[in-house]
Amino acid sequence: MLDAAPKAQTPLVQVRGLKMYFPIYSGLLRRHTGNVKAVDGISFDIMAGETLGLVGESGCGKSTVGRALLRLYEITGGHVVINGIDVATLGTEELRRARPQMQMVFQDPQASLNPRMSLADIIGEPLDEHTDWDKPRKLARIYELMDAVGLNRRFANRFPHEFSGGQRQRIGIARALALNPRFIVCDEPIAALDVSIQAQVVNLLEDLQQKFGLTYLFISHDLSMVRHIADRVAVMYLGRIAELSPRDALYARPLHPYAEALLSAVPEPDPALAQTRQRIILQGDVPSPANPPQGCNFCTRCPRVFDLCRQVEPDLIQVEPGRFVACHLYPDTKTAGSTGDPEAKEHTQQGESQ
Amino acid sequence: MADGAAPVLDVQGLQTVFRTRGGEVHAVNSVSFHLNSGELLGVVGESGSGKSVTMMSLIGLLPSPPADVRAGTVMLGNRDLLKISADDLRDVRGAKVGFVFQNPMTSLNPVFMVGNQIMEPLIRHMGLTRKQAAVRAAELLSMVGIPDAKARLNAYPHQFSGGMRQRVMIAIALACDPDVLIADEPTTALDVTIQAQILELIKDLRQKLGMAIVWITHDLGVIAGIADRVMVMYGGQVVEQAPVRELFANPQHPYTRALLKTIPSLTGEREERLQVIEGQPPILAGPPTSCPFQARCAHAFDRCRTENPQRRAIDDSPVGRGHDVACHWTPETAHA
Repeated sequence: MLDAAPKAQTPLVQVRGLKMYFPIYSGLLRRHTGNVKAVDGISFDIMAGETLGLVGESGCGKSTVGRALLRLYEITGGHVVINGIDVATLGTEELRRARPQMQMVFQDPQASLNPRMSLADIIGEPLDEHTDWDKPRKLARIYELMDAVGLNRRFANRFPHEFSGGQRQRIGIARALALNPRFIVCDEPIAALDVSIQAQVVNLLEDLQQKFGLTYLFISHDLSMVRHIADRVAVMYLGRIAELSPRDALYARPLHPYAEALLSAVPEPDPALAQTRQRIILQGDVPSPANPPQGCNFCTRCPRVFDLCRQVEPDLIQVEPGRFVACHLYPDTKTAGSTGDPEAKEHTQQGESQ
Repeated sequence: MADGAAPVLDVQGLQTVFRTRGGEVHAVNSVSFHLNSGELLGVVGESGSGKSVTMMSLIGLLPSPPADVRAGTVMLGNRDLLKISADDLRDVRGAKVGFVFQNPMTSLNPVFMVGNQIMEPLIRHMGLTRKQAAVRAAELLSMVGIPDAKARLNAYPHQFSGGMRQRVMIAIALACDPDVLIADEPTTALDVTIQAQILELIKDLRQKLGMAIVWITHDLGVIAGIADRVMVMYGGQVVEQAPVRELFANPQHPYTRALLKTIPSLTGEREERLQVIEGQPPILAGPPTSCPFQARCAHAFDRCRTENPQRRAIDDSPVGRGHDVACHWTPETAHA
């Protein structure tokens, strides 16, 4: 099976062994007693011009991945190479200089816009911070951005509360575009919007990607929307990637039992289909990331669990071309590590299979 | 569905207005619907479409002022809930009508043990002693699928996960064996795998208990899997009403059609571009003088801008019983 929509094969973002632990302090002396392992050693690539969908349930660490990639957190371990620069280790000043190329669109457009700033101030703030342009030039850029996201120029002096949710999200997108970024993390950009408005924003994101050659990490829990927008999809569970596959392959035939259960849980907007479809209902809840189970982190809820799962943590391995799964059901026949990079993987396999 | 039998709940011409500093907001405009016994009625609409306000108006949950339930009748059995006293209404809530709200964290009281919160309606409405109530509360908890129910009675809401809290909410709502359960976006705050668990639970409980349910949601996927009949709301009005299969197979209102097209499918053909409904939902200032959807409607013509359409049946049944739609547009007007 070939990768369905490879827009380009050079990775813009390379993530290797990313770990993000949040310390737990407890007791009278606030001693460090443990860690919430929000992201526990994940690796993947995002190709230039590609949209990688990152899906999972709340608490699985998908938003933490997005934030860690942009160094909004001081990460615990691993490397994040964006456009050739390892942002995980950059110093403050270098990081600041690297910021323009990586931006973020937030989930809640209400909370991510300063209510006391006018629309022009909000969209222009990145320009104030990162350029030494004069006022007319900045204003010209602000107007250009407003045109690009479909906001009327007359609104430039209005304030966020005067706009609807969908329009606010457009403001957030315009702000993210201000410095001509190459990579944008979209953290649940449509979750707070109504269905009829969601489609408008998703279409806008796709248009902008075409126009400016953007690369997206699209974080969402909405599996049908991810199917629409993403080229490849990573399914996360409890801080790790369970499966990383090209979109069509994943939706047609999910390999990891969690990916399968997750897809089967999505309600189908078709009453006839909904009646006939056999659903996999997972029992119980997601374990705490402060105390993940031994072995595979899905072993407590997996319908196909066996002994090995409770002892050994499975690696993310390539089981079919372009498809990576972390599950013991797919034995590691082609000795390989877990880089998550389809190309590199093929080279190592060729080298090692001799 | 027993169509001849009297409905459990019959709402006619409900109108709710909010008085705000910026003028009156007509949130619900002459909404009529009924609920048969044992039936699950899905109410679909976007935020601001009036679906929650409608249900809260029924049982006097809206603070007044600013809310003003101006007109209509709400017949539960043979009583009009809009006419009875506040005390009587309090007896109805919880005992005859149970609710499950969207966010299980904010609707449970964090400082009381879960057991106490389930026992409260049992003691208040059913006149049980604390001891009897505790036994019944444990039964309810295990009925909604919470393991080790007896011990969990002494746990606090924060000790439960989101899905478990919603199960507790359902247990409270069902405590007094209500005739009607109103569920307002009960699974919206939950993850899909947990949502699937709750939907299974509700299907199960319906078979066991046979209560009538109003299920409010914006998710057409949830509706498709669970509802018998669907009511689509837009701009504070019912724009279309039909049995679930009929609605999905043969949507009539341009809004319903557009809505069905905007959701990307999980299994069907993947479209290169999503269909959009251009524009924004209406601002409901003043009584309606036009179709609420006309500004975004592809079929809108002069009449839509000057006259708010009434619901009309598109099959042989009377309005509200079969398939009806509030739209001026028909294939005939298209050619006129």
